[in-house]
Amino acid sequence: MTDSVLYEAPGPRARRRARYASVVTALVLLAGLTWALYRFAAEGEFAYDKWGALVDPTNENFSALWTLLGGGLVNTLTAAGWSILFSLVIGTLLALTRITAAAWYRWAVVGVIELLRGTPVVVLIFFSAQALPAFGLDISLMWALVVGLTAYNCVIIAEIVRAGIAALPSGQSEAAYAVGMRRHQVMFSVLLPQAFRAMLPALISQLVVVLKDTSLGFTISYPEFVQRGEIAIENLGNQIQVYLVVAVVFILINYTLSRVAVRTERALSRGRKSSATAREPESAAATGD
Amino acid sequence: MQVLTENYQLYLNGIWTTLQICFYAGLLTLLVGTAVAGCRVSPLAPLRAFGTAWVTVFRNCPLVVVLFFMAFAIPTLGLNASYFVFGTIGLALYTSAFVCEAIRSGINSVSPGQAEAARSIGLGFTQTLRLVILPQAVRSIVPPLGSVMIAMIKNSAIAGAFGVGGDLYETGTRLSSAQGEAIVPVLLGVALGYLIITIPAGLLLGYVERKVAIAR
Repeated sequence: MTDSVLYEAPGPRARRRARYASVVTALVLLAGLTWALYRFAAEGEFAYDKWGALVDPTNENFSALWTLLGGGLVNTLTAAGWSILFSLVIGTLLALTRITAAAWYRWAVVGVIELLRGTPVVVLIFFSAQALPAFGLDISLMWALVVGLTAYNCVIIAEIVRAGIAALPSGQSEAAYAVGMRRHQVMFSVLLPQAFRAMLPALISQLVVVLKDTSLGFTISYPEFVQRGEIAIENLGNQIQVYLVVAVVFILINYTLSRVAVRTERALSRGRKSSATAREPESAAATGD
Repeated sequence: MQVLTENYQLYLNGIWTTLQICFYAGLLTLLVGTAVAGCRVSPLAPLRAFGTAWVTVFRNCPLVVVLFFMAFAIPTLGLNASYFVFGTIGLALYTSAFVCEAIRSGINSVSPGQAEAARSIGLGFTQTLRLVILPQAVRSIVPPLGSVMIAMIKNSAIAGAFGVGGDLYETGTRLSSAQGEAIVPVLLGVALGYLIITIPAGLLLGYVERKVAIAR
């Protein structure tokens, strides 16, 4: 349903009224914004010594600050990249074995999935940073973060993969069996390629979740973007400005990723007009998981 | 495992604080999320733009950054409060973007004929929403909204990591780092505490989902 069905195409009078109302709401919103900006200005939050290092290339701290933050961003992206890669591999394995294996194994996998899904990701990250060394596994902070994020996200991806395979019409596997394919051939040559195609948007959205959760690396002092921001704040004393920049960078990256996900979804649904649209697996990106 | 039996009172307090954070944040986020969803489907362009901006910002920004920003920017606006309040408000604002999207997609799932029929018998925008669309949308809003709420319960641990004292996560980190308890049983206790909340919540959600499900 398009939103415009809720109200009809306005006539001249309604349009005039809507214009007045629009102007009034815009003014109210602007007034709120102005008040906030005024308060910030009154507190000296727009002063040069708070912004200079962030925006002025001639500032003495500019290059040092952005080298620090840039390194943090690279660390964030690296950890997120490894996490999504491992989650994808392990998640797919979990989903596949869950579909094909014996009942006791299936229940074990369901148990693990439920346990990992019910635990906050920050607990898992803290756990892998603190408990793995206690078990004698001495891993660097980045790998601790990657292990924590992977533990949390692989089960979500397993669910996405399972839903993606379940959403395929049963005729696909029936036809494959009918031409004499074996079970693994059916899975790897027929079902998985189609399922991955249908899942691609959900997987890209999951990347947004992973990228956001990487910021939790600050709880184990992994030098990612937010943690580097804190170091900058300790030296420059401009909390609001640095967090604003950090937020804007995150929003830009994640918004771009979300747009890519939407684009991919549209492109895919254009490509397969004839077949029934696959039921969209519920993505964690839509719940703020 | 002795640490669990010795400190079970602390764990219970942690669960209680976590539940309190989630209760207040849940109420606030439902209010804000519904209001923002109303903005996003409204006929007024500035409200629509505001709703879109709100969702874009809070959906794409890590909760940690939202919480830090709350703690530093809000005092500048002349409002002072405890970390509990900031943590709860930050959690609620972050979650409101997802609440808004759950409600909006629920509204969009009601067939257009319903809205057209409501319009054609002369109901206005608010009447159409309130009397015709929303009562039907609720059924398809409940499942995603429940998932959002369970995600919020888990995210409340981040508010604990950020400094809201006494919740389940903070209890665990304090026990292990300040009192030097063995880390593995302490964190298993923390995980157990969250599972005690989230697994029944998930079961309840599944039950409600089956109750309100309709065959379309």
